[in-house]
Amino acid sequence: MLFAIYSIIKPIAGTLILVFMYYLAVDVGGEVGIERLAYMFVGSAFYMFVFQAFFGLFEVIQGDREWFQTIRYIYISPISYYAYVAGRGTTQMGTAAFGVTIVLLFGKFLLNLPISLSLGLLPFFLAILLLGAFCTVVIGIALAGVTFLTARHGGGMSEGVTGIFYVFSGVIFPLSVLPQWGQILGRYIPLTYWFEGLRRAMLPGFVGDSFLLSISNSLLLVILAGATVLFFLVSVGVFRYTEYLARKKGKIDMTTAY
Amino acid sequence: MEAAIATRNLTRVFGGKRRRLQRKREPSEKRVVALDSVNLEIPHGELFGLLGPNGAGKTTLIKILATLLLPTSGEAYVAGYDVAKDPFPIRKRINMVTGGETSGYGLLTTRENVWMFSQFYGMPSRQVKKVIDLLAEEFDLQERMDAKVRTLSTGERQKMNMIRGFVTDPEIIFLDEPTLGLDVTAARSIRGFIKKWIQEQKGRTVLLTTHDMMEADELCDRIAIIDRGRILACDSPEGLKRLIKKDVTLKIETDRLKDTSVFRSIPGVRNFAVSENPKGRSMTTTFILEDDAPIADIMSEVLRQGSRVHSLKKTEPTLEEVFISLVGRGLD
Ligand SMILES: Nc1ncnc2c1ncn2[C@@H]1O[C@H](COP(=O)(O)OP(=O)(O)O)[C@@H](O)[C@H]1O
Ligand SMILES: [Mg+2]
Repeated sequence: MLFAIYSIIKPIAGTLILVFMYYLAVDVGGEVGIERLAYMFVGSAFYMFVFQAFFGLFEVIQGDREWFQTIRYIYISPISYYAYVAGRGTTQMGTAAFGVTIVLLFGKFLLNLPISLSLGLLPFFLAILLLGAFCTVVIGIALAGVTFLTARHGGGMSEGVTGIFYVFSGVIFPLSVLPQWGQILGRYIPLTYWFEGLRRAMLPGFVGDSFLLSISNSLLLVILAGATVLFFLVSVGVFRYTEYLARKKGKIDMTTAY
Repeated sequence: MEAAIATRNLTRVFGGKRRRLQRKREPSEKRVVALDSVNLEIPHGELFGLLGPNGAGKTTLIKILATLLLPTSGEAYVAGYDVAKDPFPIRKRINMVTGGETSGYGLLTTRENVWMFSQFYGMPSRQVKKVIDLLAEEFDLQERMDAKVRTLSTGERQKMNMIRGFVTDPEIIFLDEPTLGLDVTAARSIRGFIKKWIQEQKGRTVLLTTHDMMEADELCDRIAIIDRGRILACDSPEGLKRLIKKDVTLKIETDRLKDTSVFRSIPGVRNFAVSENPKGRSMTTTFILEDDAPIADIMSEVLRQGSRVHSLKKTEPTLEEVFISLVGRGLD
């Protein structure tokens, strides 16, 4: 329970610090529109899902392995370990949803940001939210599979990917501020389309990156759905392979004592 | 009907391969042959023991059979399925309990921990509740079922671990040193349960590892003695004792001897093991002899080293003497 509170508070605090720094920057540097702030705010709020799926799942596996020493009993049970991790990932997303909601309400009512959700866009919002959340969990599981092969301090992988996605999928600034290669990289990260869709649903009058302008809402859904299927297959493949390697090398229930 | 557990030339090697990316100066990992061509056949309904010192390969064997670890070469079958190719049907039929660890979610209660694991086996909730209550009674743990696991004592934790293992009613259960580090009462309760469980229903199979001679002798239908990854003998406790029945076992307590290796060259000495006595300067040497003849040579060697003999006795063979005769050292 304490951990759950901690894992909600940490990202909320992170977001608020970001907002605070932004205000400072505005004070010093002058005019930057409320739209920019709203852009950043929505992006970093929903990024809590990504953080929770990538980092939270890593902590789940390491916890089961090192601290609770339950991993071997879970692993030898008839439930597929992929399904188990997916289940834990879904729980993590539930926890994150709580934090995201609080942050968004905070932004709307205390910072007076133009966040709203019209009834007409509700189906689109739900579809994009669920698809993106699913896609995030699926990528998180693949990363979790890699932690199978690493020791206690192997969180670097999850941390690294979390950081890369933060910069290259339009979380706090549009891709257009990135150099050419960064923009191209961003186009291949499914989360770019997720954040774009979320902003279209929640920020009235939102205009996104230029390369996204020609993509309609429904095409956005199709792209995200396609990417999700693709990443799901990759995730299952990666996970199976890392699981096989871990079983071969005797690393499944490895503790740091070895 | 095929055996509950069978292995053919089962071998497991750890380390030893130099990684491509490893820097040249780093020494490559030491190569350890944890299991060396192990052949075992355990029929359904048997309580089979693996007896061996630390590092003998007991846990490695259990991990391979429980589908946690792949063999390096050779094959292993559980309930007729190949552990490497077909782990899923095996997992429905087995469970495992390891001793000497602190497994479990400390913030959940005992009951919640056990219940959670039962759910991975798709057990209906109402049935689980009944079985948990029954097992709690068997282990005399009723009062602690709703306590947070982090408040349990070592013995209580291991009892919870046992309940978790048995709640799914496995066909085959692997018990890896289940009484390790427990006080006498808790250990007795666990041993009593194992005996009762296997007798309760035909066809239930237990593979138990231990480095406690008495435990192996008391519980097991058959015992394999394992050392450095090899099975040295496999028989019923009586059969194993018969191995050295004609032999003479001699225990002598002396002052500390400077050199015991000379005993090896005395004709008629099959094997011996030395144990230092915890306090004082004396030590006990247990000999397995072909007959009485070497006793005189042993005594004169002891005296030659200037040591006094505190006591000397011939004993009935127990598993401990069998072990010494095969392995050439005691268990601890
Ligand atoms: N994951 C591992 N990596 C490297 N060596 C290991 C590993 N697991 C076991 N070993 C080695 O294999 C041998 C057998 O170990 P183990 O099966 O745990 O013995 P036991 O359970 O009989 O005490 C030991 O020498 C141990 O150090
Ligand atoms: Mg062991």
